[in-house]
Amino acid sequence: MTATASGQAPTALREALHEVWADKPGLVGWLTSVDHKSIGKRYVITAFAFFLLGGLEAAVIRMQLARPENHVVGPDLYDQLFTMHGTTMMFLFAVPVMTAMGLYLVPLMIGSRDVAFPRLNAYGYYVYLIGGLFLYSGFFLGSGPDAGWFAYTPLSGPEFGIGKRMDIWAQTVTFTEIAGIIAAIEIIVTIFKQRAPGMSLNRMPLFVWSMLIMAFMILFAMPWIAVDSQFLAMDRLMQTQFFNQAEGGDALLWQHLFWFFGHPEVYIIFIPALGYVSTIISTFTRREIFGYPAMVAALIVTGFLGFALWVHHMFVTSIPQIGASFFTAASAMIAIPTGVQFFCWIATIWEGRPRFQTPFLFMLGFFLVFIIGGLSGVMVASVPFDSQVHDTFFIVAHLHYVLLGGAVFPLWGAFYYWFPKFSGRMLSETLGRWNFALFFIGVNVAFFPMHLLGLNGMPRRVYTYIAETGWGDLNLLATLGAVTIAASVIVFLVNVARTLAAAPHAPDDPWETSSTLEWAVSSPPPPYNFAELPVVEGRYALWDRSAEQPVVTGLRTDQRELLITTLLDAEPDHRHRTPDPTIWPLLAALATGITFIALVYTPWAMVIGAVLIAAPLIAWGWPKPKPGDPIVTEGTS
Amino acid sequence: MLWIAAAVFVVVIGTLLYGTFRRRPSSPEFEERPTRKRGATRAIAAGAVATLLILFVYLVFDFSVGHALGASRRGAFEIELIGHRWWWEVRYLAPALPARITTANEIHIPAGAPVLVRLRSNDVIHSLWVPDLTGKRDLIPGKRTSIWLQAATPGVYRGQCAEFCGQQHAKMALLVVADSRADFDRWYAGQVASSAVPTDSVTMRGRQVFLENACALCHAVRGTPAAATIGPDLTHLASRRTIGAGLLQNTRGNLAGWVLDAQSIKPGVDMPPNHLTPGDLQALLAYLETLR
Repeated sequence: MTATASGQAPTALREALHEVWADKPGLVGWLTSVDHKSIGKRYVITAFAFFLLGGLEAAVIRMQLARPENHVVGPDLYDQLFTMHGTTMMFLFAVPVMTAMGLYLVPLMIGSRDVAFPRLNAYGYYVYLIGGLFLYSGFFLGSGPDAGWFAYTPLSGPEFGIGKRMDIWAQTVTFTEIAGIIAAIEIIVTIFKQRAPGMSLNRMPLFVWSMLIMAFMILFAMPWIAVDSQFLAMDRLMQTQFFNQAEGGDALLWQHLFWFFGHPEVYIIFIPALGYVSTIISTFTRREIFGYPAMVAALIVTGFLGFALWVHHMFVTSIPQIGASFFTAASAMIAIPTGVQFFCWIATIWEGRPRFQTPFLFMLGFFLVFIIGGLSGVMVASVPFDSQVHDTFFIVAHLHYVLLGGAVFPLWGAFYYWFPKFSGRMLSETLGRWNFALFFIGVNVAFFPMHLLGLNGMPRRVYTYIAETGWGDLNLLATLGAVTIAASVIVFLVNVARTLAAAPHAPDDPWETSSTLEWAVSSPPPPYNFAELPVVEGRYALWDRSAEQPVVTGLRTDQRELLITTLLDAEPDHRHRTPDPTIWPLLAALATGITFIALVYTPWAMVIGAVLIAAPLIAWGWPKPKPGDPIVTEGTS
Repeated sequence: MLWIAAAVFVVVIGTLLYGTFRRRPSSPEFEERPTRKRGATRAIAAGAVATLLILFVYLVFDFSVGHALGASRRGAFEIELIGHRWWWEVRYLAPALPARITTANEIHIPAGAPVLVRLRSNDVIHSLWVPDLTGKRDLIPGKRTSIWLQAATPGVYRGQCAEFCGQQHAKMALLVVADSRADFDRWYAGQVASSAVPTDSVTMRGRQVFLENACALCHAVRGTPAAATIGPDLTHLASRRTIGAGLLQNTRGNLAGWVLDAQSIKPGVDMPPNHLTPGDLQALLAYLETLR
């Protein structure tokens, strides 16, 4: 393996790599693909489809609440709708879309050809897809979960949760946790072992840092909810008594486990969004993000602090004051790293000359909306204040300001920014501005009045309210905001449809000032990502590269190989054979899906399912030497 | 807190917007100039220190208010509040008061005196919230929780369940009535008394209807054989301001609708529809109205 001066990679090399890395043609190719770009794109599209479904549920909720004593839906369907809305947005949209962006972009951004375990990656996607379809099948068949996305026991337990509704919910959560943990492992290993030579840890783009921290948070947070949801499923199916106070269980155990996952979950959604913000701001101001070490430290600190806050969701369950004080202080402390990042971004913008294209507009939206959510977050960290606004519309306002401001605005900017890379075509700038303006106005009109509703005493999760409360006008205003949000989503869909149908092809870097490696390859990237793996010479790979950028050569071109580098300094270490397209991840995911779904109805599914899942796993792992393989795998060269 | 938050918002967003839209020199050096490190570092450090100071002051206030709210007080007496899906059972406990009484969906307290409310749940988690008097406290099955209720001035304060507890979470309200001490004592004496005894033929028939239909299977009226505890105690139903857990004014018409078809008013509630002849219904309503 040697580093040579770069030039245009020879056509022969490109053809050879294409032969080895391209998916098989047709439907078979689609089902057997293990390419991180195909899987990542499907992940993003699936998550976005769930976003639309969750949005439709929210729309019905807003129609019902627009007027006092409205009869758009009854209480039973209303409970299912808000449970589905929360479950969809948190488990099926927000986390998957963030990991999906990482699975697509991280290998490109660090100069690798695929993720670390491509088959596992495909398996994770299919497990997630099956879980989401299962939840929605239940909902459309009249068995939608109805105990809230937080599913507090005993309301969700065997005594009060009717039918199979909450079993379906618990199992859906298990599906998504498996997918989430798989994505986290993919991202961590890919980042640690596959960075291009020269991309030492202190040169990693902030986007990659944020993905790395998100992945670690997933790894530490998601097992708790997986345990929690399995406890619930067992309580319901096998008469275990984890949450039954009368038999020595504990109803609050559920809440502690749930929020020990549930609060980090917020940061799992928020931290990758910070990576988008840093990337987009540096591109559109053409400035390095000010204070790289401070930014990285802030991300890491946020990642740790995110685990020390969960009890602030439970302040009114009678927490001793000294204990509550700790969580108040920890919750308020989050403002420090977040503030430092804000100040660094402002300094970056101040010193640069911003270009007001759609992705950057969404960044301004992020600042304006998120800071309101952040400030109301510091307010609700206070126990005396929280004991008034807890479980009221004030919290609904707060969490939507945080999640829409902190995650969806950056995500939308990221869609506009990376869309040419995903699809090869540029989204319309005009429609993008409409998209932004409607969304910005809609979010504020929909959610700002909810602060006032909460302070006026309107609790959450009520399917109606009486006219005497005087909450009607503000609710109507909030519904008008929701209509505006819906309009902005429609503008986005029109924009995507028109772009895919007609827009001209985008060059490698249509923004012209991007700094990260994915913009060095064609749009969309070839199946092998990089014909010649780049060598990175600075934090901003494309800005810092010399005229004679060295590249890595020496990987085999007749089979799929990745370059593995060392963890800290990204020194070339060895070559790694990576698998060809295969159907087994899909079949293993189907077997897993059948097992989990059957587990809702009988514990015996575990026994039969073990065999059912083992079969495709054996086939998956069966050694398949290619003719011409050396008997001993080559080490470093 | 609101004003500090507003000030932080104005300063941060003002800086951002100025930094975004300020005029920039159009010279090519500006494009190539590296970020001025010292000025920016100082500004960021100042911002971080300001954040820290604001949070410190915030915490001092938070802890002192929390301490004041959590301080133990000399209570006048204790009330036990039991959450049911979807109504509130209220018990006044001896020995602080001379006799134990049970009522529903309406808590009477003497104005000016702190009252300790012990919270229990019969089924799922509920949360007591009377916004004008105090913050929330959950009612958790199998756990002991409590909260102080105190009203400075006499009045009627609306409260509501604040933890999602199923289909009719929205319609699980209650009233806290703060009376002057004399009014409270009068109310209390009235509640201790047994139920009114029918004196005319209509109310006697009404009691008969109550005892021979489904009513007596769930409700209690002290002084009659009806002693079930599934639904609210109706011994002094007519003394309450609302029915259906703070849902409807306690009028004859609302009561009739509730007795005949509670499901259409509050779907999912335990109260079944009752098929009564018009005569029986009127007699029953007349009897219920005597239960002051």
